[in-house]
Amino acid sequence: MPTLPEPFAAWFAGRGWTIHPHQQEMLERADDGALLLIAPTGGGKTLAGFLPTLAELAEGDHEGLHTLYVSPLKALATDIRRNLTTPVEEMGLPIRIEDRTGDTSYTQKRRQRADPPHILLTTPESLALLTSYEDAPRIFRGLRRVIVDEIHALAESKRGDQLMLALARLQTLCPDLRRVGLSATVEDPQAVASLLARHPDPCHVVHADPGPDPDIAMLRTEEKPPWSGGGAAYSIPAVLEQVKRHKTTLIFHNTRAQAEIFFHNLWLANEDDLPIGIHHGSLDRGQRARVEEAMVRGDLRAIVCTGSLDLGIDWGDVDLVIQVGAPKNVKRLVQRIGRANHRYNAPSKALLVPANRFEVIECVAALEAARDHDLDGDPRGPGPLDVLCQQILITACSGPIDAVALYHEVKTAGPYAGLPRAAFDDCLDFCATGGYALRAYDKWQRLKQRADGLWELRDPRSAQRIRQNIGTIQDTDTLKVKYRGRGGAPLGEIEEGFAASLEPGDTFLIGGQIVRYDAMREMTVMVSRDAARKPKIATFMGTKFATSTQLSQRILRMFRAEDWPELPAHTRDWLHLQREISALPRADRLLVESFAHDGRQHVCAYGFAGRNAQQTLGLLLTKRMEEMGLHPLGFVATDYATLIWGLEALPDPEPLFSLDTLEAGLDRWLAGNALMKRTFRASATIAGLIERNIQGARKTGRQATFSSDILYDTLQKYDPDHLLMRITRAEAMRGLVDFDRIREMCARVQGRIDHVSAPHVTPLAAPLFLEMGRVPIEGAGRQRLVEEEAQALMQAAGLQ
Amino acid sequence: MNAYRFTLHGAELHALPSGALWWPAERMLCVSDLHLGKSLRYARHGGAHLPPYETRDTLARLEADMDGTGARQVICLGDSFDDTMAAHGLDPEERQWILRLQAGRAWTWIEGNHDPGPIDLGGAHQGEVQLGPLTFRHIAAPGAEAEVSGHYHPKAGLRGVSRPAFLLDRSRLIMPAYGTYTGGLRARDKVLAELMGPEALAILTGHRALPIPMPRAAPPRSRAQA
Repeated sequence: MPTLPEPFAAWFAGRGWTIHPHQQEMLERADDGALLLIAPTGGGKTLAGFLPTLAELAEGDHEGLHTLYVSPLKALATDIRRNLTTPVEEMGLPIRIEDRTGDTSYTQKRRQRADPPHILLTTPESLALLTSYEDAPRIFRGLRRVIVDEIHALAESKRGDQLMLALARLQTLCPDLRRVGLSATVEDPQAVASLLARHPDPCHVVHADPGPDPDIAMLRTEEKPPWSGGGAAYSIPAVLEQVKRHKTTLIFHNTRAQAEIFFHNLWLANEDDLPIGIHHGSLDRGQRARVEEAMVRGDLRAIVCTGSLDLGIDWGDVDLVIQVGAPKNVKRLVQRIGRANHRYNAPSKALLVPANRFEVIECVAALEAARDHDLDGDPRGPGPLDVLCQQILITACSGPIDAVALYHEVKTAGPYAGLPRAAFDDCLDFCATGGYALRAYDKWQRLKQRADGLWELRDPRSAQRIRQNIGTIQDTDTLKVKYRGRGGAPLGEIEEGFAASLEPGDTFLIGGQIVRYDAMREMTVMVSRDAARKPKIATFMGTKFATSTQLSQRILRMFRAEDWPELPAHTRDWLHLQREISALPRADRLLVESFAHDGRQHVCAYGFAGRNAQQTLGLLLTKRMEEMGLHPLGFVATDYATLIWGLEALPDPEPLFSLDTLEAGLDRWLAGNALMKRTFRASATIAGLIERNIQGARKTGRQATFSSDILYDTLQKYDPDHLLMRITRAEAMRGLVDFDRIREMCARVQGRIDHVSAPHVTPLAAPLFLEMGRVPIEGAGRQRLVEEEAQALMQAAGLQ
Repeated sequence: MNAYRFTLHGAELHALPSGALWWPAERMLCVSDLHLGKSLRYARHGGAHLPPYETRDTLARLEADMDGTGARQVICLGDSFDDTMAAHGLDPEERQWILRLQAGRAWTWIEGNHDPGPIDLGGAHQGEVQLGPLTFRHIAAPGAEAEVSGHYHPKAGLRGVSRPAFLLDRSRLIMPAYGTYTGGLRARDKVLAELMGPEALAILTGHRALPIPMPRAAPPRSRAQA
């Protein structure tokens, strides 16, 4: 067994440290082609990843780039550079370490290309850009190792797919390249390992001691949680009490909107003036940086945050994590809890705060799952083709492409291991000619084949445009929010759609402040401070996660019990009452209730398929009911049920819920759907059909580009089988439409439908009446509303 | 009929829901900013390959409007082609289609900033056209009376839905862009606000032509108030 070489041994000893077994194992296996380390936060994970590199570089005879470190966060790259520089300087090692992200200056970037450091810390997007340069072979000459940090987070997104394609490229340039992945706890380490390794090479998984189990519980409050909603305002006093009792508390929320509202309420109740900050992805970068710095200094007692604090940086002395709202996903919960207590071998402490009555059940189920180490995760499908199209274009920027060689290179990337040649050729054709049934671009190809069979850019100028478009992060169109007046301070960003709904004088929450919308200046939303205690418009929308399949299953299993001593009395009584009046939903049957309420007929279907799928179910069912003449008026969906209301009662639900009926409805309905257009826009941008909005072009107020919806409609009409339409359908089925989970529901239910005709609203359906996000049925009624409103406006203006 | 009828300097006109203008007395159909050949121009300049179907889609809609109205006269109000090369580089089938539409009709191409030169297609080529009391030109002239123009691609919204729109006041009409691949300029924009009188209407296109008061940006609050 190799012992720790000098000067490392002395440095460790000087600090009173001993090497962890997993760090030792990483050193021993330094020559493995691929190696995945699974370790909890605070387990010396980063050092474990870098030790072999530091040891190899200690000799001082390596020329050029040796190790590339890739992390999903720019901030992490900067942080790691600082943390790594300390031991390197203390040991006097001849190693140059630099980071390179979107924030790095132009001159610094040029210098790095000409003279790369030994260790370069970067992000997947910056790496992709580096590989697109003609001199990529020279930049990466000598590269021995790539370290992918937080690979569990990358593994779930297209950023990971893009990174793996970039690694395949690097491996072609540097055949001896070794890959190291660093990951938090995941449900299926082998899946992450095979993503990381060069396909089909093996990848050994090193497990660090996971440390003691976390100490998690549900926050008990005097007040009962409300029947619906996500604000959890009832818990404010209890949460403040916890903040007082701990050094630093992270208060996680599932959406930015909820974080804003909670922070606002917390602030109103904060009579002791505890220093509390807010941090989420829509806030201005400068504001976020200030909160981060205050936190590192230990100046903050609590931070209200979202997934923007899920990853990476060591935040110092966090000793409590509070999760507000049901965690929806056990794996994410466990990873969040890991944010508390970075001291190795001390249990992390966490509290769950259900936002409403149903979430009490969900929180209890999640607690059990966390204790059982039963993590959830849906296996990702094969690598998406829009990312592959971008990769082909990136590769073409660096030099002529041999199609066969590139195909084989792409297949060594884990997500694309099973890529059929025909699919690759479709992507190549799309990049070269647009891939349309109408061959309009044969004269103006983007890539053209030379006499020697290689593909190259027809117009070298297009390399610039392709490079500007690199990346897979979907930036929704957002507008900056600023205080009025010269040099008004930037507050953050809101979605364009939300901005469009504002009228001058409307107040809303951002960064914990209530602001009044004054005007739109160029592409900036101008606001001023407002003294109102309650914002008029709650806040901007945010992403909503669906409860995972595993967690939904666990809840359904809980429902089979005779009684629930683990639940608080109010929730327990509620479930008993539901069982008495109707029934509790089961995994192998579908409970459908119908009842009249307030002059409307209601149908409630408990599919437990997650929010997105229940939403899709609502759209499909109402469409079918419309055809049946039942005049549905609207519906609302949650993670566990869909409630539909209309004018006529549903006689027999059975034919409505057959998979065939639902699938047939899906095809007709999907084509014109807004979700499809949103999905199309994302994929078309990644594939390079739509160029990312360049700030300058938008600033003029004139839409230089027209809406991507027009492109979608045109393709739907003239070329419905185009590659991008196929990609869009496949993506939507997995993502926003989530039809896969409707299929999963139909498979477990097998047509066994329990129809309960109840005399009135049932206990389990009652909270649905209070849910936000009711969807009105589109139809003649809507057109009439618009016309009536136009008429009223004309009259008000005295114009008719 | 889903059109919006109005009078401009004595001319009785219909704003069609498609974005075309119909003048029954003259049996004249006017469309603006077709931007034919836009996708090809993008590709020529090394840009993305947009779905190359916008020319036939635009022509199909134009043909439907011509059939629906029985137009004997057609005025294309400028920027009919995305650039002069687009006009010359038309697909033979699309070229044939345009010639078929022109047959038996008085057809005028008004020059726009995108297509300033003469086009190698039938019909008259003019800088502007006088018809009855009205002047047809591509870009509105400040202070002009009885004028019909295009160029700005105005759009306006209601209930979060934004649609290409006609802008109308006592003096002038600004037409929406008719081409399939065209963006729009918000009616609130300063340029449009300055061109249009205080009582201007925005007539939304779509299922039916729908007039609303032209949206205006909120007047900036004075410093003393803020």
